[in-house]
Amino acid sequence: MSAHFQRNDIDSNSSVFKISGVLNSKSVGPVWRQAMLALDDNPPKNLTIDTSEVEYCDGAGIGLFIELNRRQNEKKFGFEIVGLKEEFQRLLNVFDTGKGIQKLKGPEKQEDGLFVNWGKSFCSLLKQLSEEIIFIGSLSCAMIQAIRSPKKKIRWKDMWGAVIEGGIGALPIVVLINFLVGLIMAFQAAIPMKQFGADIFVADLVSLSILRELGPLMTAIVLAGRTGSAFAAELGTMKVNEEIDALHTMGLNPINFLVINRVFAVIIFMPILTLFADLAGLMGGSVVFTSFGYPMITYFNQIINAVQLHDFLGGFVKSFAFALIIASVGCLKGLETKTGASAVGKSATNAVVTGLILIILTDGIFSIIYYFLGI
Amino acid sequence: MTEKKKIIEARNMSVGYGDTVILKEVTFHVNEGEIFIILGGSGCGKSTLLKNLIGLYDIISGDALIDGQNIGKAEGQELVNIFNKIGVSYQSGALFGSMTLLENVMLPLEEFTDLPQDAREMIAAMKLRLVNLEGFEHFMPSEISGGMQKRAAIARSMALDPQIIFLDEPSAGLDPITSAELDQLIMRLAKNLGITFVIVTHELDSVFTIADRCIFLDKVSKGIIAEGHPKELKEHSKVDFVKRFFNREVETNQKEKI
Repeated sequence: MSAHFQRNDIDSNSSVFKISGVLNSKSVGPVWRQAMLALDDNPPKNLTIDTSEVEYCDGAGIGLFIELNRRQNEKKFGFEIVGLKEEFQRLLNVFDTGKGIQKLKGPEKQEDGLFVNWGKSFCSLLKQLSEEIIFIGSLSCAMIQAIRSPKKKIRWKDMWGAVIEGGIGALPIVVLINFLVGLIMAFQAAIPMKQFGADIFVADLVSLSILRELGPLMTAIVLAGRTGSAFAAELGTMKVNEEIDALHTMGLNPINFLVINRVFAVIIFMPILTLFADLAGLMGGSVVFTSFGYPMITYFNQIINAVQLHDFLGGFVKSFAFALIIASVGCLKGLETKTGASAVGKSATNAVVTGLILIILTDGIFSIIYYFLGI
Repeated sequence: MTEKKKIIEARNMSVGYGDTVILKEVTFHVNEGEIFIILGGSGCGKSTLLKNLIGLYDIISGDALIDGQNIGKAEGQELVNIFNKIGVSYQSGALFGSMTLLENVMLPLEEFTDLPQDAREMIAAMKLRLVNLEGFEHFMPSEISGGMQKRAAIARSMALDPQIIFLDEPSAGLDPITSAELDQLIMRLAKNLGITFVIVTHELDSVFTIADRCIFLDKVSKGIIAEGHPKELKEHSKVDFVKRFFNREVETNQKEKI
């Protein structure tokens, strides 16, 4: 089923466009282009559209007639439709061609100057910053209150739920990643070190790197992607579903009710996961080490000689800071969620990106502090 | 005849988002124990007004008094005291998805009372029974229908026996029978418990059945264009839009096209 177009010029001022066949959204395209081209090439002062052989016409066909009418009206030229069947005429009347539909324009945008745009960006940055400062302040107060009266202020059931979900759930991935990190690092280091006969020191390298840096860092990265985004999505969905509003109007503070439990949960399971991560990383290194023919006991002896307690504690302490960052950023981004389904996805993404940046920054700060402390 | 107590007073309230003013200097009051409806065309600011009255949004200018206390200026414990006088049921129900219906209703009791656990459970179950949800206490919100969720949300809003309940589009998306049941419930609660209801709705059947008084908001003038009993407004309002709204009539030129 197709549509056809034919132009007949009666005289220099008058033309008839004969449009026939089926005019629907699938067939009207070629006819539309031909008709517009014909009108642009040589616009007649009086245009008649002959529709006597139109078999079917829906909104797309009516759209063509309206567009032709509009173009003629723009030039103040004549326009007439003849031979349109009654059922199609009724459809045409619904779209009210008498008034002439104007060409659509995009929404008018007020063009601001460069300085106005800078000012607006600065104001929105300040607003966001103030919201974040308020959140940090409220969270700190709520945490102090919760530590003072944990029985009353912490919702233990929710907190243990988060520990089980976030902690035990993350254990396999944390162990796997750290095992592979230990294994790959040992393998990459072993090849050049073996050339100098220093392959026994692979154990020193792996243990120091894993315990001081990579164990807590890789765990934090995994949890930022897993737990941080989950918190943001969870709280974001609650915001979209008006559950956060409901808490407000019940006189309950969402920070006390939702955030504190999650922050304490991550602070509990993150260091434990870091311990498992350290162990998994060392085991990964041992696989490569023993493959060189050294016994396992040599590997552990090397580690015991190389690693001091402060190396382990330095990494372990970091995991508490990372936990605080992951949980609070996830919750903050969740509570900042705007309306709409896409807002939840955006919050989850923001939680991961912001969390990762802050984790790396904090790790850098710890390195500087440890350097000055001589650790 | 003694004059009824004004439990809610809006004085020259301007409301909106950011710099956009949606309603400008509106003044009205709600009497104690009445079912008060906020009406108006789509996008005229009904829900925004409601959210300003319950303190969710900052009022641009003017005052909103709940039982004599200014919700816009209250802070800390004073604000919590106001919240304890009101209950809110949102358009989506806004039940906490990780809790059972019983736990949802028990939540305000847990936070604001020192009742023992069995007393809290009993009171919450009682409230659920009041909204005909007996037997569904241990269901999760996702396991029940939209109408049941809205009734559960009303039960939760009644947990602390508030003086006022705000309902945002309670009948939206409900079938006529469930909607009529909800109307009966609201009337029963207003009559038997003396609760004041402030309701945002579009459902004309509901409005004519339950309303004691209503205000009609207008998008163009950003204010109240009619106030009174809906039946009176339907018959005697001088405002064309209000009459057409109540009689479900389209504009004359639109009618011609059909």
